[in-house]
Amino acid sequence: MNLDDLTRTSGEWLRGAGPESDIVICSRIRLARNLATYPFTNRATRSDKTEIEREAKAALAKTSFQLEYLDVHALNPLDRQFLVERQLISRELMQSEGPRGVAIGPEENMSVMVNEEDHLRIQAVHAGLSLYDVWEQINLLDDQLEQQLDFAFSPQLGYLTACPTNVGTGIRVGVMLHLPALVQTREIEKVFRALHKINLAVRGLYGEGTQAFGDFYQISNQQTLGKSELELIKTLNDVIPQIIEYERRARKDLVDNRRQNLHDQVSRAYGVLKTAHQISSEETMHLLSSVRMGINLGLIDDLEIATVNELFIHTQPAHLQKIQGRHLEVDDRNEARAQYLRSRLSPGPDPRTN
Amino acid sequence: MREKCQRCTKPATYHITDIDGGKVREHHFCDEHARQHLSPQEETEQTGTTPTAAPASSKASSRAAKEPPAAEKRPCPYCQMTFAEFRNAGRLGCPHDYEEFRNELLPLLENIHDETRHTGKFPRRAPDSTERQTQMIELRKTLKQAIDVEDYELAARLRDQIRTLEQEAGR
Repeated sequence: MNLDDLTRTSGEWLRGAGPESDIVICSRIRLARNLATYPFTNRATRSDKTEIEREAKAALAKTSFQLEYLDVHALNPLDRQFLVERQLISRELMQSEGPRGVAIGPEENMSVMVNEEDHLRIQAVHAGLSLYDVWEQINLLDDQLEQQLDFAFSPQLGYLTACPTNVGTGIRVGVMLHLPALVQTREIEKVFRALHKINLAVRGLYGEGTQAFGDFYQISNQQTLGKSELELIKTLNDVIPQIIEYERRARKDLVDNRRQNLHDQVSRAYGVLKTAHQISSEETMHLLSSVRMGINLGLIDDLEIATVNELFIHTQPAHLQKIQGRHLEVDDRNEARAQYLRSRLSPGPDPRTN
Repeated sequence: MREKCQRCTKPATYHITDIDGGKVREHHFCDEHARQHLSPQEETEQTGTTPTAAPASSKASSRAAKEPPAAEKRPCPYCQMTFAEFRNAGRLGCPHDYEEFRNELLPLLENIHDETRHTGKFPRRAPDSTERQTQMIELRKTLKQAIDVEDYELAARLRDQIRTLEQEAGR
């Protein structure tokens, strides 16, 4: 796999398609699995990790998912960061040491991290609210891997994981939402409190401990033991439409009562992104969020949602440096980011096809 | 939000579960406060007298108060992790730890998940107990090594363990 080629594309999950795609970016499920005959990654020796990787690679190659394996240990730091920005690997896998990697499926819908916190972290993602489709895919991949590998499993406790917070199903069901109106009307805290009460976690764009840049929030289950995968998926699938409804109401409220303010905010955001010569990542996310909402409310009509979705990822540090083909310090990145945004948002042919 | 350190405004990077006399307490800390939480004696040592200058008796008593219960110092025979180490690191060392530290883990699991029994997917070719199988493989390997080096005392103990496991499996 040539990582440079990926700078010209984005994963299927970012393309703005799928049910409720004005608010739901994507649905994501991961399964944590460990090989029964090795210590967990944190206690595994280098040779254990080499063996785990070898077994995992062989099993992954035999599945029907056309997965391509990337040796993360052999990658340079920029490429590792690039994979984190694309959400193909975790920050933990980026920062850890020793033999490790990730197998990536076509369109970036599937990925399997090897030697992360657990030996295998299987992940599937689709655009829009489509949890049951995602489950079908990941369950099939899990079945196929299980034919090759002996997973650590106990009849009472289910799949055994390095951290007891994942034991049982080993599942994390997550939906990424864009909630700019709830943020603006300050109703978002109420939503969070309600979600915490039913034991759901809220995280930022890049998972645990990250800030909610660009008004993106990931809602996911915390419980993994004592409920079946489908029960946990259903909990999410039932609650997400309510949050979508709150966001739609908040947007309607903004349009009905503060239309001029809203239109001004959206147009200014679009204007700055199209014309700035220096811009930070944080400001970019903030402004793109307004633009994204503006498109969904019909206030901007010459820009695709898919483009905006992609810009959230492509304007991040490692992406910019790979697109430019050279190392960039912060100041240079801010210039390169502004230049890239101008080129993508100005009318005319897509510069990436040149 | 949940991910903030409970002592300052930095993001919490450590999620620590303390178990004290059967009571489970969860903490969320940034790096600095996690370090303080895990080794509170460092604070007092920095501000006060050096350890060597402290009276031997008070040093011994403070150490004793911090010592984990004996059960938590028992290492897993496969990965050598103790439950006390797990409490600090938050991650177990091998699948067998769930068996080895069963009594310590069950209240924790109940606290985290409200449940202690898996009701989800079973691997199609689920063995009756993967841990037991792993353990058997490991025990047989060690037994062979013990016999190779003529350590018959160890070999006898291993044989007993294997027999116990076989009986359990047969139940």
